Amino acid sequence: MLATERESLRHEIAELAEKFEHKRDGMMPMLETIQEKYRCVSDFAMQEVARQLGVFPTEVYGVVSFYSFLSTEPKGKFVIRLCRTLSCDFAGKREVARQLENELGIRFGETTKDRLFSLEYCNCLGMCDNGPALLVNNDVYTRVHPELVSDILEKYRRMFGPASQLEEMEAHHA
Amino acid sequence: MPEKKHPNKVAVTSAVPTSEKPHVVTGGKPGDIGGLVSVKIDDIELKVPFGTTILEAAKTAGIRIPTLCYHEDLCLAGVCRICVVEVAKQRTLQTSCTFPITEPITVTTTSQRVRQARRHVLDLLLAKHYGECYSCFRNNNCELQALAKEYGVDFFRFGHVEKPKYEVDRSSYSVVRDMNKCVLCRRCVRTCIDLQSVGVLTAAQRSDRTRIETFLDRPLADVICINCGQCINRCPTGALRAKDPSDEIWAAIDDPKKHVVMQTAPSPRAAIGEEFGLEPGTSVTQEMNTAIRRAGFDMVFDTNTTADLTILEEGTELLHRLYKALVQGEKGILPQFTSCSPGWVKFIEHFYPEFLPCLSTCKSPQQMFGALIKTYYAQKQGIDPADIVSVSLMPCSAKKFEANRPEMHASGYKDVDYGLTTREMAQMIKEAGIDLTRLPKSHFDLPFGDASGAGLIFGATGGVMEAAIRTVVEVVTGLKAEQVFSDANVIPVRGFEGIKYMEIAIPQLGPVPALFNSLIKKGKLGATWDWLKGATLKIAVAHGTANARKLMDDIKAGGKFSQCHFIEVMACPGGCLGGGGQPIPTSPSIRAARAKAIYGEDMGLALRKSHENPHVIKLYEEFLTDGPCGEQSHKYLHTHYTPRGDYLV
Repeated sequence: MLATERESLRHEIAELAEKFEHKRDGMMPMLETIQEKYRCVSDFAMQEVARQLGVFPTEVYGVVSFYSFLSTEPKGKFVIRLCRTLSCDFAGKREVARQLENELGIRFGETTKDRLFSLEYCNCLGMCDNGPALLVNNDVYTRVHPELVSDILEKYRRMFGPASQLEEMEAHHA
Repeated sequence: MPEKKHPNKVAVTSAVPTSEKPHVVTGGKPGDIGGLVSVKIDDIELKVPFGTTILEAAKTAGIRIPTLCYHEDLCLAGVCRICVVEVAKQRTLQTSCTFPITEPITVTTTSQRVRQARRHVLDLLLAKHYGECYSCFRNNNCELQALAKEYGVDFFRFGHVEKPKYEVDRSSYSVVRDMNKCVLCRRCVRTCIDLQSVGVLTAAQRSDRTRIETFLDRPLADVICINCGQCINRCPTGALRAKDPSDEIWAAIDDPKKHVVMQTAPSPRAAIGEEFGLEPGTSVTQEMNTAIRRAGFDMVFDTNTTADLTILEEGTELLHRLYKALVQGEKGILPQFTSCSPGWVKFIEHFYPEFLPCLSTCKSPQQMFGALIKTYYAQKQGIDPADIVSVSLMPCSAKKFEANRPEMHASGYKDVDYGLTTREMAQMIKEAGIDLTRLPKSHFDLPFGDASGAGLIFGATGGVMEAAIRTVVEVVTGLKAEQVFSDANVIPVRGFEGIKYMEIAIPQLGPVPALFNSLIKKGKLGATWDWLKGATLKIAVAHGTANARKLMDDIKAGGKFSQCHFIEVMACPGGCLGGGGQPIPTSPSIRAARAKAIYGEDMGLALRKSHENPHVIKLYEEFLTDGPCGEQSHKYLHTHYTPRGDYLV
């Protein structure tokens, strides 16, 4: 991490902590904000959150490692979370999983090289009657089948990166 | 469907992690708080104060409930669930350690349901525990082993770990972590955060992947650990231990060329008997001397001698600092902090580096002795210091780190080769086939001899302060310490209160002793004590680094303690007698018994003041010729510190 990056992150976390009056109940929303912006809570961020809230860095690390929506390593722009629980499994989760792996060229728990997608399992999404279910960031998809996978991925590819720039150019020409 | 007939009326239940003992409970009627509640435990009826836990109530009724994650020194956790009991009108079993009694209840501590639940808890713990009891240093002193025996575990219902899963972390000089033996009771986590305020350990990950980890699971040497070893003393299994140098020491003993000398700190002698089945608080100083010699050590010295030396050096330093601050107007050098506790030294280096100029430059008694053994003693005996192996018996795991500090090479060699804990010494004595309790008594070896009672009480919190007061009062007032304090006992600095405070008015001024002549010549002290006229010495004593943190924050905020002149801090609760190298278990009553033994032994000694120790006086005549805080003593007995800061990344 560059010294300037550290400095700006420190400043940002200090401002965030100000919002929560430096109380330790502010830890979760602070971590969520940091995760959303940086796609991870870095070592330095954990240490700074701890300093601002008057707790130990280890305690923040304990929280970050506990929650699966927080991570210490950077995730992709879009995190795909496939439900791995029983009803989704019966509804054909395995085929969806294989299709996701093939389309993205990565295994579960990995992130694509272009840092666009991360693939992981999650526990019950409460969509048991509409399985298999998956989450892409905050969007829920139900009754997913292998043919749908490439459409879903394409939608997100178009929202970000070279593809979306292309779209913009096309729109401009039209 | 679960019954919904019995809504839980109590606001605080075992499901809520309580950060403090529930003395005040929010459930029930407000008027009940402070009142008595009747409770029936296994047909015994009794009345307990509102909010007492079932476990505490059972204890007063003489009923034993097994515990694992519960510890008297720590806040409640309720995670191990071995202490479950049946409470009438409660659907599920309740953890007795966290269940506050707020209304009349009936409790059953032994029933088929309770026994089976406890047995299953044990079976599940054992399924994850890599237990090689014969090769474990906690064999016969392990709470998990004892519970397995108590509940008649004769097979592994849910399997057993055949191979270790985690690498043993041996990176630290002091503490070894073997997570294969961890039962996730979180005592170490609570010790480190609440008791010591260092925060090395946490419960990381979730569910069956939960582990006790450091920050980012780094090796212990790479995180902010003060090496106090309090986690070791509270670990119920062998997951935490001190780094044991006894193999190297045996090798040195067996080598005829090596001259192996031992120095023994004041606290181990008051506790080592516990390892041999004696009651806590049985002092076995002179039996221990014999045992150490019989185990093969060539010489046994008393670290109290250099504790006496520390008092003279640190007391002189204090007078010099006072002179500089009061007469020459220098700022930022008071209060002077003691530097005997290596855990505290590392604590202040990490968390309050801006106060390092206030930390006494004196080495700890262990390191002073180490420097003297390989210089003064080696010259006197005509031994090549390269052939001397210097071992220290300490109640402490941080002393191992201190001995390995790179600056501790004043003699040109590593001043102290090995720091040995009380537990490891007991093990060596047992290994040599010696029964400590049946040995004849013997004194410490010359040229350092037996030391004063002032050096001895270094083992208890407030001891360094009391020893310093005895000497400074005599040196400054010309009175006898007995004339100022009855029996020279400075009672206000004794006891286990977290932070103690005392003011001592100086009643009169005596002549400046000849010992300080060289300092006066250099202008470091005045020729008379006139500048101390009408002064009041303000002192404070803290033990446990959580208390030290409170004290330091108060000083930072300019509170009462910032006005102090001299502050003693010991990293461990109770002082050295509660150190991380002392026999396991530890509890407030065990520490109190050890303190009583130390103060009792001090009362029985004829020599109770550091400056009267003839061996120390001789040392200043023969070796440290320019007196306390002179050039010679600065070379051998003083050190410097490293501001480490609290940044991990």
